[in-house]
Amino acid sequence: MSTEQVQQNDDMPDWSAYRGVMIVIEQRAGIAKNVSWQLLGEGRKLANKLEVPLIAFVIGHHVEHLANEAGYFGANKVYLCDAPQLKDYRTRPYSRACLQLIHDIKPEIVLFGATATGRDLAGAIATHLPTGLTADTTELDVEPHPSRLLLASRPAFSEKMLATILCKQYRPQMATTRAGVFQALPRDTTREFEIFTRKFEMEESEIAAQVIDFIKSEELFNLEEAEIIVAGGRGMGGPEPFKMLKELAEALGGVVGASRAAVDAGWIKHEHQVGQTGHTVRPKLYFAIGISGAVQHTVGMSNSEVIVAINKDATAPIFNFAHFGIVGDLFKIVPAITEEVKKRREVFGVAAVTTGGQAK
Amino acid sequence: MLHIVVCIKQVPDSREIRIDPKNNTLIRQGVPSIVNFYDLHGMEEALKIKEKYGARITVVTMGPPPAEKSLKECISLGADEAVLVTDRGFAGADTLATSYVLGKTLQKVAETWGPIDIVFCGKQTLDGDTGQVGPGLACRLDLEQLTYVVKVENVDIEKRRIRVHRLMEDGVEVVETSFPVLLTALKELNKVRRAPLPGMLKAARFKPTVWTTADFPDLERAKIGLKGSPTIVSRTWVPEIRKANTQMIPEGSSEDTAKALVEKLLSGELPKKLGWAEPTAASIGGAK
Repeated sequence: MSTEQVQQNDDMPDWSAYRGVMIVIEQRAGIAKNVSWQLLGEGRKLANKLEVPLIAFVIGHHVEHLANEAGYFGANKVYLCDAPQLKDYRTRPYSRACLQLIHDIKPEIVLFGATATGRDLAGAIATHLPTGLTADTTELDVEPHPSRLLLASRPAFSEKMLATILCKQYRPQMATTRAGVFQALPRDTTREFEIFTRKFEMEESEIAAQVIDFIKSEELFNLEEAEIIVAGGRGMGGPEPFKMLKELAEALGGVVGASRAAVDAGWIKHEHQVGQTGHTVRPKLYFAIGISGAVQHTVGMSNSEVIVAINKDATAPIFNFAHFGIVGDLFKIVPAITEEVKKRREVFGVAAVTTGGQAK
Repeated sequence: MLHIVVCIKQVPDSREIRIDPKNNTLIRQGVPSIVNFYDLHGMEEALKIKEKYGARITVVTMGPPPAEKSLKECISLGADEAVLVTDRGFAGADTLATSYVLGKTLQKVAETWGPIDIVFCGKQTLDGDTGQVGPGLACRLDLEQLTYVVKVENVDIEKRRIRVHRLMEDGVEVVETSFPVLLTALKELNKVRRAPLPGMLKAARFKPTVWTTADFPDLERAKIGLKGSPTIVSRTWVPEIRKANTQMIPEGSSEDTAKALVEKLLSGELPKKLGWAEPTAASIGGAK
């Protein structure tokens, strides 16, 4: 990304052949990633503003059912490319399928989840086309006709700032988007949509990569989809106290999160990190414990529905946007809350089984 | 012998960048330049392959002349050659323009020191955070592409195949492919070594090869630097955090505070949203 604003030629080429907002649906073994439905939700808004169809592209093997799901989640047109060679994600066959569709239907915007797979695929496609690609966006908008520009905003400088990126001279405009940022539409089986089947022409012998195995994470742990997160920061002081957070999280039926400070200090694994170069979350209940509330953390969690902050420093910025604040010694208060929650087990009885990671 | 290219970038240590609260601008002063640390994990893996199978390692960077420092660091670690691609014309490049120049550079590296078998890049840079240059470069050179690598399980020199573990959000994928291949490294891939003394001595004397636009006769000007970059930054801002109407729980004994908090949480919309059971008289009273 160029960091200087310069005088650019604003006479845009004629892009009238490029219309529509396309979402590439990501799946593994026939199960779609939630970010794909979230993208359809956001894509719906963009398509409405531009008065164009919302297009979903489902790629894989034995994924016909996902074409219907894409329609239920808001797509007007669903393209389905189903072939044995597409069973596992591999860069070459998947980028071939995407490139062919983009050439044929010419969408003006193409969006992917900013997952390992989405970033791998989008990076290859954008270079092939070629066109501009904005990584890891957290806000999307469009300018109305005639410019029809995608305003793709993303964190910059270790998430201390946001930057809006434009792609004026190329089409389609492409972006990858973080999971957990946008909201899916309600699944509605009465929505009307069309499905178009695509042929896939690439022989297995043309593909060098072979997926040997997939080892699912042992821990059933999904921060982005958790409804309750108990997160700790620098104030935890070491790896040991995170056990205390785990106890509270377990009592509530939630999962443990962490600030970058705690992850960088090596107290907890990176997959628990919220905010800066970590996960963006919007749980129903978020505990920020010993977290001061620097921007790099809060960008990742400020959309939580209820935020509880516990900090010994009454002036910590986290109290500016917590719904409930407790100033005091977390080492005494957290176990007390855990005890209180356990006492009320009946109330929380249901919560105990709603662990994070469930698809909604 | 294997030829491994490691692509690195010298970056400001963005973890050290602060925002000036007075005018919401970045304070860049005094921010140290470092080798993007993901790239160093690529360098380390290249060294491990070199130790095991024998290889020539060429390290490449595009950047301003001071980036020579980062190349020397890689020489001290054990790289054989180092190339600095530098030109004012390259400035302001986004990921597309960067992968174009790096693609041309690697072609020239191959012409100069022999065909390339493996390319390592970092997963992403600390300053750009996009992770797009690796896949872009693989595409430019028609290389196989394996991103987010956490483990190199096997290198088969005879069959010219490599098997790696890739870290995904939901698990680890074991995948193999053929040379020539580009891999992007995560920090879990390995532990970066310290430079040995002879390496440091070698680096002190070392002068990297420097290439400018003049060294690439077929370089298309429209594809480099700012001009070759489709993406432009239209504005930057410091996000304002939505402020909540904070209810402070009064200080008391830990037990009282905890009780007060849990009662507040239970009295709002939250239990309904979470699908918690309706509180019963017994549970409110605290079941024995």
